[in-house]
Amino acid sequence: MIDKLLMYLSYPFVQNALIVGVLIALCSSLLGVTLVLKRFSFIGDGLSHVAFGAMCIAGVVGLTNDMLLILPVTIVSAVLLLRKGQRAKIKGDAAIAMISVGAMAFGYLIMNVFSTSSNLTGDVCTTLFGSMSILTLRRSTVWICAILSVVVVIIFVLFYNKIFAITFDEEFAIATGTNAERYNLVLAVIIAVIIVLGMNLVGSLLVSALVIFPALSAMRVFRSFKSVTVCSAVLSVVCAMSGMIISILTGTPVGSTIVAVDVGAFAVCYVIGWITGGARK
Amino acid sequence: MALLTVKDLTLGYDSREIVSDLHFSVNAGDYLCIIGENGSGKTTLMRTLLHLQSPMAGQILAGDGLKLNEIGYLPQQTIVQKDFPASVSEIVLSGCQGRCGLRPFYGKEEKKLAKENMVRMGVSNLAGRCYRELSGGQQQRVLLARALCATRKVLLLDEPVSGLDPKVTADMYELISKLNREGITIIMISHDISAAMRYATHILHIGDSVFFGTRDEYLRSDAGRIFLSQKEGGENT
Ligand SMILES: Nc1ncnc2c1ncn2[C@@H]1O[C@H](COP(=O)(O)OP(=O)(O)OP(=O)(O)O)[C@@H](O)[C@H]1O
Ligand SMILES: [Mg+2]
Repeated sequence: MIDKLLMYLSYPFVQNALIVGVLIALCSSLLGVTLVLKRFSFIGDGLSHVAFGAMCIAGVVGLTNDMLLILPVTIVSAVLLLRKGQRAKIKGDAAIAMISVGAMAFGYLIMNVFSTSSNLTGDVCTTLFGSMSILTLRRSTVWICAILSVVVVIIFVLFYNKIFAITFDEEFAIATGTNAERYNLVLAVIIAVIIVLGMNLVGSLLVSALVIFPALSAMRVFRSFKSVTVCSAVLSVVCAMSGMIISILTGTPVGSTIVAVDVGAFAVCYVIGWITGGARK
Repeated sequence: MALLTVKDLTLGYDSREIVSDLHFSVNAGDYLCIIGENGSGKTTLMRTLLHLQSPMAGQILAGDGLKLNEIGYLPQQTIVQKDFPASVSEIVLSGCQGRCGLRPFYGKEEKKLAKENMVRMGVSNLAGRCYRELSGGQQQRVLLARALCATRKVLLLDEPVSGLDPKVTADMYELISKLNREGITIIMISHDISAAMRYATHILHIGDSVFFGTRDEYLRSDAGRIFLSQKEGGENT
């Protein structure tokens, strides 16, 4: 077992894949708390469907690098959805549902009608649940993912205090002169990038789990924004790392393995939170 | 020019008017108390002054170069979600956000300010605690400390003493009046008419009849006499 692992780890492309996986896991966990608390989680879900549609189109058009299409489409949708969602709460929800489900249906339709691939079901499955193995990621994708993840982490750190202010009490922030609209826009763009990145790792159906589970787990145990953020980042990285290693060793699909580990971590945190919470009372 | 001038202001939600034709102005150093019955539109007025909602008609003019990031605000209710993980010190520090502008991190000055205001409000022993696990009165004091971090010129308070015990209430009024003496303009909504009469320099009464003037004018006016006698009657029974 260990030998097999060491053998794999000696290949540079395996190392690259692991590094990218860890980076993606790190940045996808950062905004989890904000997404959950600002009720943006539905936007994350909707965006992953939009990204699926874009991915299908990219596949059919035959772009060598599908990120070039998926990323802008998802960012634009994120900005639009956030605008809509803020103006009219209920109508916003309906719009998100319409756009996201529509994009999905359309994507699958286009794929079915135009695709020349012999293994259509396999392709769809890959977009929905992620690659069978992270090792099949294309080299250019690996690079783009690595760069984008680093950028997301830097932006998050720079905007950390502002994100806290508008997440905790947006009205107070606006009333006291913080340009909440601008930072909501920043948030929307980061969310879109994170969704697209996460999709490469775990596929579009599972990406919400990658974003939300570490935050929910950390919130069970910790009580301040900073500690929750740090804890969810650490958890996410650890879970992604172990998920990828398990997947390499046992040949399970990488995306669902990572998410399964995330769910396991949540269960552990739930119990810890229950015990410490009980002890405090 | 006055710090804030309100002209012909009409307030409301979705084309339903609540208060119409408000006129008043607030000068630097004033202590304005806004009084009126429940539902008369006091909170709506304050939110409009803060540009959190737009007026149905009329204007709010800011003078003396007043900027939004020089205003402190204590909301009547802060709906913090049940699960929000935030410590007291994080929340108080977030009051300094408006000062930072584009600067990403809080500097020494902001951290010192946050500490001072926590001591002022007597919540420094709670600094590491989780906000949502505090009592209502403790939460109120934390939010006041945050408001104090945000302001340089004006403090808007929506029922700052609701939920505080008598001693803390008295301390709070003293503190607010001390801030006022230090030059910060106070605009406060209150149901505590005796405190309003004691500390305020100006009164704005909204409701069926609108009154704006100095405290002494209010005491002599019809609106004031009726409202005060009702309050006293209410308290005696
Ligand atoms: N979001 C809203 N949408 C529609 N109507 C509202 C909204 N908020 C308040 N109102 C209505 O506006 C009126 C004024 O409300 P407001 O909160 O300003 O009263 P208030 O003077 O602050 O009362 P209180 O003393 O209870 O705090 C009330 O009749 C209320 O029903
Ligand atoms: Mg009110």
